[in-house]
Parts: sequence; C-alpha cells; structure tokens
Amino acid sequence: MKDKDLFARRLSPFVSIFFGFLIGFLLLLILGYNPLAGFAFLFEGGIIGMPAGDLRQFGNVLLSMTPLVLTGLSIAFAFKTGLFNIGVAGQMLFGGFLAVAVGNRMDLPRALHLPLLLLASMAGGALWAAVPGILKATFRINEVVTGIMMNYIALWGVRWFSGRFIPGSDVMTSAPIRETATLRALWLTNLFTRSNVNYGLFAAFAACLLVWFILEKTTFGYELKAVGFNQHAADYAGMKATRSILYSMLIAGALAGLAGATHYAGFSDRLTGLGWLPSQGFDGIAVALLGLNSPLGVLLAAFFLGYMNIGGAYMQIMARIPAELVSIIVSTIIYFAALSQLIEGWLKKWSNKNKRDGGAL
Amino acid sequence: MWDFITTMMPFALAATAPMLVVALGGLFSERSGIINIGLEGLMVIGAFTTSFFVSQAFAGNMSTVWLGILLGGVAGCLVSLLHAYASISLKANQVISGTAINLLAPALTLFLAQTFTGGQNVRIPTGVPRYDIPYLSKIPILGPLFFTRVFTTTLIAFAIVAITWYLVFKTAFGLRLRACGEHPQAADSMGINVYRMRYIGVLASGFLSGLGGAILLVTASLEANGEVAGLGFLALAALIFGKWNPVGVMFASFFFGFMRTLGSLATINPTLLQWNLPVELYNALPYLMTLIALMLFSRNASGPRAAGEAYDKGKR
Repeated sequence: MKDKDLFARRLSPFVSIFFGFLIGFLLLLILGYNPLAGFAFLFEGGIIGMPAGDLRQFGNVLLSMTPLVLTGLSIAFAFKTGLFNIGVAGQMLFGGFLAVAVGNRMDLPRALHLPLLLLASMAGGALWAAVPGILKATFRINEVVTGIMMNYIALWGVRWFSGRFIPGSDVMTSAPIRETATLRALWLTNLFTRSNVNYGLFAAFAACLLVWFILEKTTFGYELKAVGFNQHAADYAGMKATRSILYSMLIAGALAGLAGATHYAGFSDRLTGLGWLPSQGFDGIAVALLGLNSPLGVLLAAFFLGYMNIGGAYMQIMARIPAELVSIIVSTIIYFAALSQLIEGWLKKWSNKNKRDGGAL
Repeated sequence: MWDFITTMMPFALAATAPMLVVALGGLFSERSGIINIGLEGLMVIGAFTTSFFVSQAFAGNMSTVWLGILLGGVAGCLVSLLHAYASISLKANQVISGTAINLLAPALTLFLAQTFTGGQNVRIPTGVPRYDIPYLSKIPILGPLFFTRVFTTTLIAFAIVAITWYLVFKTAFGLRLRACGEHPQAADSMGINVYRMRYIGVLASGFLSGLGGAILLVTASLEANGEVAGLGFLALAALIFGKWNPVGVMFASFFFGFMRTLGSLATINPTLLQWNLPVELYNALPYLMTLIALMLFSRNASGPRAAGEAYDKGKR
C-alpha cells in the first residue's frame, strides 16, 4: 500500500468520528440544549477528580473499555479473515454463563479457580461461535444470519440454564460467584478509588498482543488472512479454506466469551440483565470499524468508546442531556464507517489536489 | 383442546400481524438485492412516531390513531432512506449500515422521548379495539378460529400478504424487482434501472417495518420504550423460514407468533401450566427451527442470489 493510501485509510476513522460529533452537536442545538456545555461535560466526565487524586471516573473508563476491547477484537479478527461475527453478543453471554457457573458451583483455591473461570468463558464463547463457523464452512450458510439466530438462542437459553443451575433472586439475575473466582483485585480497587477495574483489563491487553502475534507473525495467521482475502485463491494455493473459517470463528468466539468473563465476573459478580443481549456485542462492531481491525486500533477505539460512555453518564447528571446522545453519536460513527471506502476516496482526492496546488501536506 | 385452541387463536393472530408486516417489508428489500438487518430499528422508529403523535394529538377520535399508524410507516420509510443511500448509491457494507440503524433507533427515540416528555416511555391513551366480524364469525369452526375478537390491523396485515404476492409474482414490477435481486447485471442489460428498483425495495421495507412497529404499539404494548423485544430479528427469521415467499412468510410468521403467544401465556393459562414447559423454550424455538431450516434449504440454495452485494454499473 502506498504511503498516501495508508494515510487516507488511517485518517478515515477520524472523519467518521468528526461526523458523529457534528450530528450530535446539531441535534443538541436544534433541540434547544446548550451543545458547548454538554460536550464540555462529555469530555470532562472521564477524568474528573483526577487532579485531586480521585481516579474513580478514569477507573470506570478502563472498566467500561475492558469488554469492548475483547468484543471489538473478536469482530476485528473475524473481519480480517473475511467473516462478519455479528453473534458476539450471544457468545459473550454464553461464555459469561459458563464462567459464572464455574465461579459459583466450584470450590477451589484462587490460583486454580480464576484461570478455570477464564478458560470456561473462552470455551463457552468458542462453542457458541462453532455453530455459525461449521454452517459457514460446510454448508456455506451466511454467518450473519446464523449469528443473529444464535444470539437469541443464547438470550433465552442462558436465562433457562441460569434459572436451572445457578438461580438468583429473580429470572433476570443469577447467583453470585465465589470470592476465589473474581477478576476484581483489592489493590486495583484501592488504586482507582473504589472503581471495579479488574484483571480483565490485563487479559484484554494480552489478547490484543496475542492476536497481533497470530495474524502478523505466524503461518497460521497468514493462512487465515489469505482465506479472508480470496477463499478460492487460498484453496488453490493448498490452504484448507473450510478449516480456516472454522478456526477463525472459534478464536473470535473465545475472545467474545472472555469479554463475558470480564463483564460478569469483574464488572459485576453474577449474570445480570437476562432479558436483553449485552450491548457490548454490538458496540464491538463500532470498535472494530474505528480500529481498522488492527489490535492496536481496537485498543484505542475501545478506550474512546469507554471514555464516551462514562462521559455521557456524567453529562446526563450535570447538564440534564440524556446519555443516549452517546449512542446516537456512536451509531452515526458506525454509519460513516460503513462509508469508509468512500471517505478514503475523498481523502485521496483531496491530498492529490493539495499536492498539485503545491500545498504542503 | 378445542377450547384451548380457540382461546389462543386471537392472541396468536394478534402476535403474528406486526411480525408478518415487517417480514414482508424485508421480502421487498431482499428480493431487490439489499439485505436489511435494520428492520428491528425501523420498527422502533415506527412505534415511537405513532405513540408520540397519538399521545399528543388524541382527543377521543379514533381517526387520530389511524393517522398515527400511517405516520409510523412514513417515519420508517424516511429513516430507511439512510440505509438505501448508503447501501445502494454509496455501495457501503449493507450489514454495517443496517446495524447502525439498529443502534441509532433506540438511542434517538429515547433521546427525543426524554427531551419532549421527560420520561423514557411514551404511552398512548388507547389502542385499536378488537371486534367480532359480522356474519363471518358465525361460521362454524372457522368463525371462532379466525374471525372472533380480531384487530382491524390483523386483517390489514393479511391483506398486505395478498398484495405482496400479487405485486411480486404477477406484475412486471415484481419480475423486475426479483431480477435485480437475482442478477442485477442481466436486469440492467434489459434496461431496468437497478438502483431505482432497489430504492423501491428498501423504502418499502422501511414503510412496512414502521407500520409493523405501529401495529405492535396499538395492539399489544401501548407504549414506546425504545425496543421491540427482538421482533425485527424474528421477522428476519420468518423471512428466511418462509423461503422469501409471501405465503411461506405468512405461515412462518403465524407459527412464530403462536410460539410467542405460548411463551407469554405459559405461566397463566391452565392448559400450558399442565404441560409445564419452560417459557424460554417457546421463545427460543423459532430461532432454533430457522437454523435447522437453513441447513435443510442449503442444498437447493434459496434466497435472492445477489442479496448483500452492492451493484456497480461498471463491473462485469
């Protein structure tokens, strides 16, 4: 890829973000809110209290970004290998269920319990992703449709499993996990002034590093990407396309399942909201698109979205602007990210024109 | 057993109607070659528009409610323009653009609801009434099953099935629409404006999804709260289960609506209490069966062949 093309590609997410904020700004203006004050609170929310040594808000940003890194990474990984993993929400939910089940039903020392919980979550996510993976690989059925079906099967299935094996106080919640299985750590909670920042954040960092390594430094990763670019060419070159599709779905599912562990055994200590699909599953699409499907980009995009979530809640309290503004901005960003090729085209044209006119760039 | 079925029928038909209308919307879009995953979001838009209009304008006159339902469809149509423009004119990824609509709709409607009414839920003072259809409800067997305690909106939904079937399979317009979904290059070479047909397909899906959301509001929920409980995705499943054919979609929607009714009445109805099956099973079954159906169909690959691919005039 030429430098200029790379430049246009890297710049396009910022153009999407700009449009997202522009739409949000105009909406506030039209509806009679004070957009400047609102945006000030939105940007201030994530770091408020920091100068005084109160890291709670910033800790909540890290807490909010943790599952987003993993769901975003799951979708980005699948994208790289030519698959659209829209079933992340279901994989996260089922992975979270297995994690909470292990955390609640088993009685083990901490050194064993926590790793086992993480493994269970990944196995659950991978299992749920295996269905679209197998159907895509063997029957060539579109993974988007099967992913959506699996999301809703997870929604109802997990509610039933939870009520049967780890019943909580009502149908929407499960029983809590044991102390020995939690991802939370006292030193982190103290460091971030009572925020539930947890080991999940480090797990997310590690996952980014691992995915980068697999995709960029191994033959296996190269084959996955080759199949993503052109399945028939990869087949012709002797790579097993069907096997690659299944493997990449399994890995994407494991990442999504891990997101479930960080959410249900770190952010909370039990399954909650068992009547809706976890929103991180869909926000992950925004993270992957903004992060241009690269692990580092996913980290940055997840931080941005986590920051916006916490800022939005602060803005709602301080300026009485509904926090849904953040979701409006995020969905606008996704919409413009869908047009990324077009935006890249504009940027290329624009930089060409500048060069012709002798403008510095 | 007969009593049980006649008790269930009016509920099941009422649950079928919104899903059926939305699934038919999806049919127009996918037959033209554009996947519309944003059906769920468009339903939310329709339900909100209707509830907002009716809650503000209602003064005891039922025609206000009917106008509100129509406006719900119009609002869905307008928002679907976003999807149409991105996926047809700009050749964007159809799944991403549809997902953006699914995320935008709840956020936008909740934002507007809080701005204008102070709360997240917008209630309407009245829905549409149920009534027994004169003469038809007296027919033995069929009367109690299909023509007792029905909503006018349910009849409209079934009328739309007939209209859709006629339009898609018996008119030149339908032939062109299907051609654009199967082989747009061939359609273009015969002088059909592919972009125009696809715009019509997506806008029809927007109108019908908005209408479906409105019907759900006036017959069941009576309040808009930024969600339609996955009904848009269930409609998508009904479209696939019904093999992209209006009559098939009707039976699929009815089956799913019946399951949903069993699910919602499982803890109340004495017969269902006897069966003692989990609520979750009824709710998950439609999705499970769609998965199985997909596996069975896959041999003689159903579904419009070009659905999901942007049409580029310059490409061969």
